Amino acid sequence: MKNNSFDISKGVDWAVVVVYVLLVITGIASIFATTYRDESWVTGFLSLQTDYSRQLLYFAICAVLAVFILLTDSKFFTATSNIFYAIGIILLLLVFPFHTDVKGTKSIIRFSGFQLQPAELCKIFVNLALAKYLSSANLKFNQLKSQLIAAAIVLVPAVLTILQSETGLALVYFSFFLVMYREGLPSFILVIGFSVAVLVILTLLIDQNILAILLTVSAALFIYASRRQIKRSKSILTYTIMIWAVCVGIQRFAVPYFFNNVLKPYQVQRIYATVGKDFQVDTENMSEEDIKKMEDKKKAGNYNVKQSKIAIGSGGFWGKGLMKGTQTRYDFVPEQRTDFIFCTIGEGFGFFGSIVLLGLYLFLLFRIVRIAERQRSTFSRAYAYGVASVFFFHVFINIGMTIGIVPVIGIPLPFMSYGGTALITFTVLLFILIRLDADRQMILR
Amino acid sequence: MPVFNQSRQNVVRVIFLVSFVVLTLRLLFLQLASSKYDLLALDNAVSKKIVYPDRGIIFDRKGRSILENTQTYDLMVMPTQLKGLDTLGICNILGIDLPAFRERIIGAIIKNGRYRPSVFESSLPIETFVKLQENIFRFEPGFFLQERPIRSYPYKAAAHILGYVGEVDSNILKRTNYFYQMGDYMGLTGLERYYEPVLMGQRGVRYQIKDNKNRIVGSYEKGKYDSIAIAGRNLRTSIDIDVQVLAERLLKNKLGAIVAIEPQTGGIIAMASGPTYDPNLLTGSLRKLNSSWMLRDTARPLFNRAIKGQYPPGSTIKPAGALIALDEGVISPDFGIGCGGAYLGCRRPIKCTHNTAGHAGNLRVALANSCNSYFSHIYRLAVDNPRLSGTVNGYLKWKQYMNSFGLGVKLGVDLPSEDKGLIVDTSFYNKLYNRSWNSCTNVFLGIGQGEMQATPLQMANMMCIIANKGFYYTPHIVKSIDGQTAADTILNRYKVRHNVTNIPGDIYEIVQLGMQDVIESGTGRVARIEGISVAGKTGTAENYGLIYGKREKLKDHSWFVCFAPRENPKIAVAVIVENAGFGATWAGPMAGLIMEKFLKDTLSALRWKEVERIEQTEIILPIVKTKRARLDSLRQQRIRKLQMRATAHRSNGPGPGRNIPLKIAFNKEATINHHEEQFI
Repeated sequence: MKNNSFDISKGVDWAVVVVYVLLVITGIASIFATTYRDESWVTGFLSLQTDYSRQLLYFAICAVLAVFILLTDSKFFTATSNIFYAIGIILLLLVFPFHTDVKGTKSIIRFSGFQLQPAELCKIFVNLALAKYLSSANLKFNQLKSQLIAAAIVLVPAVLTILQSETGLALVYFSFFLVMYREGLPSFILVIGFSVAVLVILTLLIDQNILAILLTVSAALFIYASRRQIKRSKSILTYTIMIWAVCVGIQRFAVPYFFNNVLKPYQVQRIYATVGKDFQVDTENMSEEDIKKMEDKKKAGNYNVKQSKIAIGSGGFWGKGLMKGTQTRYDFVPEQRTDFIFCTIGEGFGFFGSIVLLGLYLFLLFRIVRIAERQRSTFSRAYAYGVASVFFFHVFINIGMTIGIVPVIGIPLPFMSYGGTALITFTVLLFILIRLDADRQMILR
Repeated sequence: MPVFNQSRQNVVRVIFLVSFVVLTLRLLFLQLASSKYDLLALDNAVSKKIVYPDRGIIFDRKGRSILENTQTYDLMVMPTQLKGLDTLGICNILGIDLPAFRERIIGAIIKNGRYRPSVFESSLPIETFVKLQENIFRFEPGFFLQERPIRSYPYKAAAHILGYVGEVDSNILKRTNYFYQMGDYMGLTGLERYYEPVLMGQRGVRYQIKDNKNRIVGSYEKGKYDSIAIAGRNLRTSIDIDVQVLAERLLKNKLGAIVAIEPQTGGIIAMASGPTYDPNLLTGSLRKLNSSWMLRDTARPLFNRAIKGQYPPGSTIKPAGALIALDEGVISPDFGIGCGGAYLGCRRPIKCTHNTAGHAGNLRVALANSCNSYFSHIYRLAVDNPRLSGTVNGYLKWKQYMNSFGLGVKLGVDLPSEDKGLIVDTSFYNKLYNRSWNSCTNVFLGIGQGEMQATPLQMANMMCIIANKGFYYTPHIVKSIDGQTAADTILNRYKVRHNVTNIPGDIYEIVQLGMQDVIESGTGRVARIEGISVAGKTGTAENYGLIYGKREKLKDHSWFVCFAPRENPKIAVAVIVENAGFGATWAGPMAGLIMEKFLKDTLSALRWKEVERIEQTEIILPIVKTKRARLDSLRQQRIRKLQMRATAHRSNGPGPGRNIPLKIAFNKEATINHHEEQFI
């Protein structure tokens, strides 16, 4: 407000902007490579009938939005973050009565040809709200109460998203725990989270009973090894037994319960497919239609990953060249414009191209962390970590999915996947950060 | 306040880094370490389409094509495009009902998928094709007609010579080191097989890109790896198709063979084996239908008796015996013996058909009268030749002569699986008689009986040697290859002249005159031709067969060998009719007709009547007939059953019942064979 005539480029981190533009252009080129048929170039790009021309239009919209964001006073974001959060939650709630069914998801509102996916947009608002909360003046983040409030800010939209059958999008919200960790969430929560993850993976890989025996044996060995300390203090024994009980409880009861009652059968099958196993779903209480639906989803999931691995694997070191990939050119990989866009790079440009792309993303992430650490205000730093976490989660899960090390979770690759909402969301996330960073000399509470 | 927890930024960095390293390692494995994805991708997206060239055409000596290519049409179906189709209309044209229609569509989908065309009905009969062609616009694009080249035999003749093609099986694939591919056709018998590399041409390959639904979307790498198909080359043969057709007519209802060779070149004019079959029955999809029961037929119609039938030559060997004795110098043309109706030189008397004095007074007379005593005697003279010190050496020398005449060895005709006949080695007698044997032991060889067998081709070749006065060219069918180059060495062996004796021409003349006497005044009068001097020899060969496990003497084989004109031979013929009795009865007249047809190019009406008479006479052993009748009735039963099922269909469905493929109608001509073969 002080001076509206400031130079828009002042303080902007151009490196991030350059990487951003590179990624979006690569994305449009990839969409072009997979969807271009024999239409003429001019009509192809101008008609807006083709996916690549539409993505180009979204990019133009993003550019305008980015300029607007850069012109906005950075205080605007801190001031309005709570209001936006509230709007976001309301939008999420509005989905329930007004959603349109598109491809099995219930998360999209459609009005007059325009589609809106609040779950996607909400990432921005949650990130802002969390940063706002973490930067409150009298916050003691080592207290359980404030930790719970922070968790609630993140988990409320996550739960609403799950209720809209968008498990993949909901999982993204868990990446915000990385922000909380940076802002003082006790390390042991991260350790516990990690341990539980390992335990769940082990549960998938190893037979239930064998794993229980292994856990028991290791607990017994630990008690035997530390018998002298136990003599001195009984609490070690108690803790060990408690940990053992929790572990066995998770692998014997919690995980099967979670798989059977919380997750949908096709999701369980996708998870099992990732570790190369077939999961037999208990079909007793299911209607025939549901069983068929489940089988279809399972087949589709397995087929996607198989084709995607073939496409990427056949790329070799240098790849087949843009537009020369036989797998991505001829629709062997389903959803290759959106969730499986990485295949185009993997096949067309091989290992070399993939590594360059991964390098770009890693550079972006490290750059954002560096930006975060040079902020004076907690708000900016927390927000920056939020951006990094969301990007990281998307990139890792998406690419991991296409190469078969992560279960099939339908989330887009930032800046590259086809889709207006996703591209706009990621752009806004990033440019708010750039705007905040440009004003890093100001102290924002 | 914010500075604390600063060290945690590095933890975050490490998490990012480790995750990206995991992704990189996985990419490393997928893209660099494992090659299986390359192959999977190719398999996914590139289809290799073989473009088949036209096979070469085979012409007879007058340039008429006797084996060519024609088109048949398959009705193809595209399962995805059947919506709103006039199903009933197509059912009516094809004569099938709706359930059968549905069944076939489902079958097509199972076999080839929805997006690729499948064969709905192959090799359409001509009436169906015409009807479909008029109406196909009503059924497009769900149904369409696709042409497919098949081999066709316009004269319906020379089945054994020309052979047939068939789809390669896994054995052939392995044997040819995967030169062929599944679905390829190759020559399986006859010239089709022998000249496969010439006839097949060069396959073309087209690499095409297909999409995720297996639809072809374009060529791969702009056709960089494609190659075009080069048509097979044509063959020019020495066959005279008119003579060939006549020979096959003469052998109708009989077991036997006729071989006619041009002596100056060794070119085969005709080669027939009875019973024969219409080679068109083994083309395209008919082959599967017909070959299985042809193989089971007791008459063995697929068996080429001209090169694989091995018979005792009987008296037809006598001219050869004379040549050996003359070449060794143990007799002169004037040599004669007195024969009183039997040869008594050895312990068991050998009967002779003549007992008049002087019927073996010299070589010429002995030949004309086919005196058994005379030829038994000169056989012994040759084997016991004092110059050769001992029977064993004498026999070996005799065998060597026989082999050089092409007897007991493969001649090397340009057909696959020729048999070599039988001239036994001395070890055979050593083993059988414990080394104590002499010229009396196998004296029957002198009159073409005993341990001796020859194929009709070998006997015809023997005639060539006598006609040429001492040499022959390896009998062959193909004269030249169109576009022949120095690289085509396949025909070189047929340009080599084989000299087999050192007998001067005037002595040959005497043998020839003896054989001319056979025709003019001896046993072979039936083979006389108006205005042409013929030289020939009859043969009546004793033979045995295993009947229900018992060795029994069967009716004699009827042999006739000849050449004409004697002064300037143009054709040499060998005829055998199994179990037909005297050589003069059946084989003789047949040989006469063949020579006349070839030399005069036409037959008089009277002679055609003779052809008809021979054609209609059935000469088949009763045992063979019984066996064949039984097999036949079993087949009839099966056909009746199929027909009944078809009628049942008809009464249910709207259209006329489906045509049961009863294209196996040739069995009327087919008959049986045996030679020393088991009938059980």
